Amino acid sequence: MADKHEEGIVLTEAQKRARRSRSIAIALALAAFVILFYIITLVKGPGVLVRPI
Amino acid sequence: MSLVGEGAEFRGSIADVQPSIAGAGDYLSLLKPRVMSLVVFTALVGLAVAPASIHPLIGFTALLCIAVGAGAAGALNMWYDADIDARMTRTARRAVPMGRVKPGEALAFGLVLSAFAVMTIGLLVNALSAALLAFTIFFYAVVYTMWLKRSTPQNIVIGGAAGALPPMIGWAAVTGSLSFEPVLLFLIIFFWTPPHFWALSLYRADDYARAGVPMLPVVAGELPTRRQILLYTLILVPLGVSPWPLGYASLLYGVTALVTGAVMIALAVQVYRERSPADRASKHLFAFSILYLFLLYAVLLVERGWGGLLMRWAA
Repeated sequence: MADKHEEGIVLTEAQKRARRSRSIAIALALAAFVILFYIITLVKGPGVLVRPI
Repeated sequence: MSLVGEGAEFRGSIADVQPSIAGAGDYLSLLKPRVMSLVVFTALVGLAVAPASIHPLIGFTALLCIAVGAGAAGALNMWYDADIDARMTRTARRAVPMGRVKPGEALAFGLVLSAFAVMTIGLLVNALSAALLAFTIFFYAVVYTMWLKRSTPQNIVIGGAAGALPPMIGWAAVTGSLSFEPVLLFLIIFFWTPPHFWALSLYRADDYARAGVPMLPVVAGELPTRRQILLYTLILVPLGVSPWPLGYASLLYGVTALVTGAVMIALAVQVYRERSPADRASKHLFAFSILYLFLLYAVLLVERGWGGLLMRWAA
C-alpha cells in the first residue's frame, strides 16, 4: 500500500491523451481570451473605460 | 499550509481516484453545438437588423459570448438531466450518461463558462446584453431544466423563452436598449417552440414516458397535443408575417412568411387529422419548422441586415 502511495496515480495512455487534449484546449481558450481583450482595448481606445449602465 | 486543514483526513484510497478520460471533444459536446448554431444565427439577425452600427470585432465578441453562454446553459442542463438523458434513446450517448464526463465536471464547466461569457459581454459590449445573457442562462438552467421540465407539460412553452431571447441580446448589444421590434423577434421564436417540440415529442413519446418527463403527449395524450400544435401554429403564422405589415420588413419577407406559414398550417392540420400513429406527419412538421424559422430570419438578415447592405450588394 505504501508503494502505491509513493507511485501516485499512473495514467494509462488513453488518460494521458485525454489530459493533453484538455490542456491544449484550455491553453488555446485562455490565449484567445487574452488576445480578444487586448484587441478590443485597442479598438475602443480610451472609450474602453466609458461604461454607461 | 494545508488546503484541508490540520484535522482533516483523506478517507478514500488512492485506488478510488479515477482520472478523467474526457477529451476536449467531450467537453465541446456538452455545449450542444447544434442548438448553439441556431442561437448564434438568431442572435446575429437581432444584431444585424438593429438600427445602429457596431464595430465588427465588438459584434463578433457579442456573438461569441452569446454562443458560449448558450453552450454553458447546455452543459448545466446535461449535468442536471444526466438521469433523464441516460433513459432516453436520443440522449443516452451524451458524455455525462456515458460516464466520459463526470456530473461535477459538467457543472463546473457550465458555471465557469457562464461566468466568463456574462463578464466578457458586460465588459466589452454593454451591461444590458450582459444582463439579458445572464437571465437567459438562469432561465434555461434553473427555471426550465431544474423546475419546469420535470413538473409540468407546459415546460417547453414557458422554457421556450430562453431559446427566444438571443435576438434580443443581439439587438441590445448594438443599441444598448430594447424596443418592440426585438420583442417581435422574441415572440416569433417563442410561439414557434411549442409546435416544433411537441411535433418531436409526438413521435418520441415512449422515450419521454420512460424517462418520466411530463411532455404533453405523455400527460394529456396525443389528441390534445395535436390540437395544441395546430393552435400554436395558428398564432405563430400571423406573428411570423407581422413584421411586413408593421413596416419592419418588405414584400420579399411578407411573401416568404405567407408561403412558408401556409405550409406550416397545412402540416399542422395534417398532424391534427392523422390518427395514431402520427409519426409521419409530425416528423414532417418537425423538419419543416426548422426550415421555416431559418427562412424567416434569413430573409430578414438579407433585407435588413446592416442597413440593407446585403440587398444593395446583391443589386
